[in-house]
Amino acid sequence: MKNRITGAEALMQALIHEGVTTIFGYPGGGIMPVFDALYDHRDDFRQILVRHEQGAAHAAQGYARSSGRVGVCLVTSGPGATNTITGISDAMLDSTPIVVISGQVGATALGTDAFQEVDFVCITQPICKWSYQIRRAEDIAWAVARAFYIAGSGRPGPVVLDFAKNAQTAMVDFEPAQLPIQRGFIPVPEHSDEAIRRAAALIDGAQRPLLLAGQGIELAGAQEELLQFVEKTGIPVGCTLLGLSTLPSGHPLRQGMLGMHGNLAPNVKTNECDVLIAVGMRFDDRVTGRLASYARQAKVIHLDIDPSEIGKNVPVDVAVTGDCKVTLARLTEAVRPAEHREWVESFGLYHQMEDERVVIPAIHPAEGPLKMGEVARRVSELAGDAAILVTDVGQNQMMSARYFRYARPRSIITSGGLGTMGFGLPAAIGATFGAPERIVCLFVGDGGIQMSLQELGTIMESGAPVKIVLLNNNYLGNVRQWQELFFHHRYSCTPMMNPDYGMIASAYGIPSRTVSERGYLDDAVREMLRTPGAFLLQAAVEEEENVMPMTPPGADVDQMLPFTDPATPAETWKRNFIH
Amino acid sequence: MEKKLYTLIVHSEHMAGLLNQITAVFTRRQINIESLNVSASSIEGIHRYTITAWADEDTIAKVTLQIAKKIDVLQAQYYLDSEIFMQEIALYKLSTPLLMANPEICEIIRRNDAPIIETNPVYTVVEKAGRTAETEQLRRDLTAFDCLLQYVNSGRIAVTRSSEEHLTDFLKTLNE
Repeated sequence: MKNRITGAEALMQALIHEGVTTIFGYPGGGIMPVFDALYDHRDDFRQILVRHEQGAAHAAQGYARSSGRVGVCLVTSGPGATNTITGISDAMLDSTPIVVISGQVGATALGTDAFQEVDFVCITQPICKWSYQIRRAEDIAWAVARAFYIAGSGRPGPVVLDFAKNAQTAMVDFEPAQLPIQRGFIPVPEHSDEAIRRAAALIDGAQRPLLLAGQGIELAGAQEELLQFVEKTGIPVGCTLLGLSTLPSGHPLRQGMLGMHGNLAPNVKTNECDVLIAVGMRFDDRVTGRLASYARQAKVIHLDIDPSEIGKNVPVDVAVTGDCKVTLARLTEAVRPAEHREWVESFGLYHQMEDERVVIPAIHPAEGPLKMGEVARRVSELAGDAAILVTDVGQNQMMSARYFRYARPRSIITSGGLGTMGFGLPAAIGATFGAPERIVCLFVGDGGIQMSLQELGTIMESGAPVKIVLLNNNYLGNVRQWQELFFHHRYSCTPMMNPDYGMIASAYGIPSRTVSERGYLDDAVREMLRTPGAFLLQAAVEEEENVMPMTPPGADVDQMLPFTDPATPAETWKRNFIH
Repeated sequence: MEKKLYTLIVHSEHMAGLLNQITAVFTRRQINIESLNVSASSIEGIHRYTITAWADEDTIAKVTLQIAKKIDVLQAQYYLDSEIFMQEIALYKLSTPLLMANPEICEIIRRNDAPIIETNPVYTVVEKAGRTAETEQLRRDLTAFDCLLQYVNSGRIAVTRSSEEHLTDFLKTLNE
C-alpha cells in the first residue's frame, strides 16, 4: 500500500521498517524537516539528544557493539556532519555497524558553497562502507534499505546517507523497498571445502598450535562454535583487545590478551607455535609488533569474512574465507580430537613470571597509592564479572581491559583501531540503551573524559545509567609513559591540571565519590554499583604508573618489557622510528 | 620484489563516485596510475575500468582485493601484458608547413600506417593505434623534426587472452 507523505516522514517509515528504536542525534537547519517529522514519532523512537555530534556517532557505536544491531545517528549538514567523522572512521576500523544520516542543502544549491554545505559524500567515501546522497524523495526507501543491509551484513561497518533538504520536504508515494540481489556487494564469500580440509590437516598435525580470537567471532555470534572447536582440539587461545570476551576469562585454554600490552605467555608463544589459527582478526600492528619476525616459524591459517584481509599483513598458508560461525563449525567437524597438555602447560611459566612481576603488584599492591589495575579488578569482581566494560583510550583502556574479567559475550567496547580519546563516555551512553539489562562500566582517564565531558548532559537528560570510573593520575598517562621510556622523561604537554570532577558531576546531578585510599576502595565501588542510575567514581591513582608488560613499538612480539633488557626499548624506538 | 607494469580490469555498477574510491586505493599506497580508461561495458549498467600501474605482485594483489571490496564494484582482476590483448590510440597534431618541407616526416607517417584525419594549411592531424611502445616511438620520431604541435595518448584498453569470462560467469551464478 502506497501512501503520499513527505520525504522526512518517509525516512521515519523506513527506519521503523528497519526495526530502529533508538536514534542519537542533534538537530540543525539542514535536517529540520526530519526532526519535525520525528516529533510525531516520539512513541516509535527513543530520541537521545547528545551534546555534540561526535558523541552521537560514538553513542551509536556503543549501542551497536552492545546489542549487535545497527546504531543510528541523525545530524545536520555542514559542521553537524563533519563532527561525526571521527566516529565514522572509528566504526570503519572496528567493523561497527552504524548508519549516519546527515542533512544536506537542497539539490539545486549543491556545489554553490551554500550555508552549511559540505561535500560529505566525498569526505566520507574513504572512511565508510558506503556513502550515498539522497537527492530525490523517491530514492529514500531504496537508499535506507540498502544502507541498513550494507552496514549490518558481512563485515559490518558505517554507512552514510546524505539527505538533501528538497528530498526531505518533497511529497512521495512511500512503500518500503525490497532490495534486489546486490551484485556489487557479496557480504559473505563462499568457503571452500578444500581450504577446510587443508586447515584441518595442518591442525591435526600440529604439536604446538595457537588460536588467535578476534572480534569477528563476536560479530558472527560464534562464541559457542569457538568453544566447541578449542575444547575438541585442546588448542590454547590468545584474544585480541576487541576479542577479549569471545571466550570466558576462566576457561583453562584462554591464555589472555595478545599484543603490545597483552599477556606475556600468548605473545611469547606466538613465536614458538607451529600452527597459528587466526579467527576474525586482522593482524593489527598493535598485535604483531615487528612483522618481519612475527610467527615466522608457524604455518598460518586465517579464517576471515573479508578476503582483502587475507595476507594483508601476515603471509597465510591456508585461507578460509567465509562466516566464521559456519567455518569454525565445519573445521570442528573436520579435525580429530586432541590434547596438547604439555604445550598448554608450557604457557604457565610465563603466566607465573607475569603474575610475580606485573599482575600481583598491579592488583594486590601492599602499599602506596591506588593502582589502576586494582581498581579495574575490584570493579569487575564486585559487578559479578558480568558488566560490559567500555573504555576510553590510553592507560585506562589497557589497564581495565587487562584486569577486567569477562563471563559473557559482547562485554568489551573500546576504540581499538583508531584509538579515539573521547570515545568512552558517549559509547557507554549508547551501550546502556543497547543492553539495558546489563551494568555498563566506563573506564576513562582525566584526559579522555574532558574530550567528551559535555555528554554528562546527555546522561543527565536521558538517565543513562553509566557507572563512570575515572582513573585520575593528573597526566595524559599513556603519552607520559612513552615519553618516560622513549623520550628521556621529557614530559612535553602531558602533566595536566584538572578541574574538580565531583563539582562537575554535581552540576549535572550525577552522584559521585572520590577514593584515594585502598581501604575505602571496595566500599566506594559498592556505593557506585548500588546507586541507581549514573555515578562518577573518581579514583586518585598513582601518577606515574606504567602499563606493563609492553612490547615497545616496532619490537618483536615476544620481547616484552620488563622481561627484556631495559636498554632495548629506547634502542628499538631509535632504530625503527627516529632514524 | 620486482616491479612490473600491471593492468587492472575492474567492472562496477554505474554509480557516481566510484572512480574516486578506486583511485583512492592507489593513492593510499602511493602508487601512480600510469593510464586509466573508463567506459560502458558490453553489459548495460556495468562500467569497465582499465587501469595500468607499476607495482610488485604482492602489492597489486592487495590493491585488487581492496578495490574488489568496494560496494558496487562487481569484479577486479590484475594481469601482466602477456595475459591480455591491449591497444591504445594517439593523436599527433603537426605543423603542415614543416610537414611539407620535410618529406621524411611523410615517410615516417606512411611507415607507421598512420591515417591523416585532418589537414589544412596550418596543421595536420595524424592518428596511430597500437601498443604503448609504438605510439611512443612515433612521438619520438616526430619530435625529432620539431613539427609536433600537440600530442595526446588515450589510456590503455585491454581484453583478456583467457577463454574464461569471469564477469559473465559471475552474473550467471548470481542469476541462478
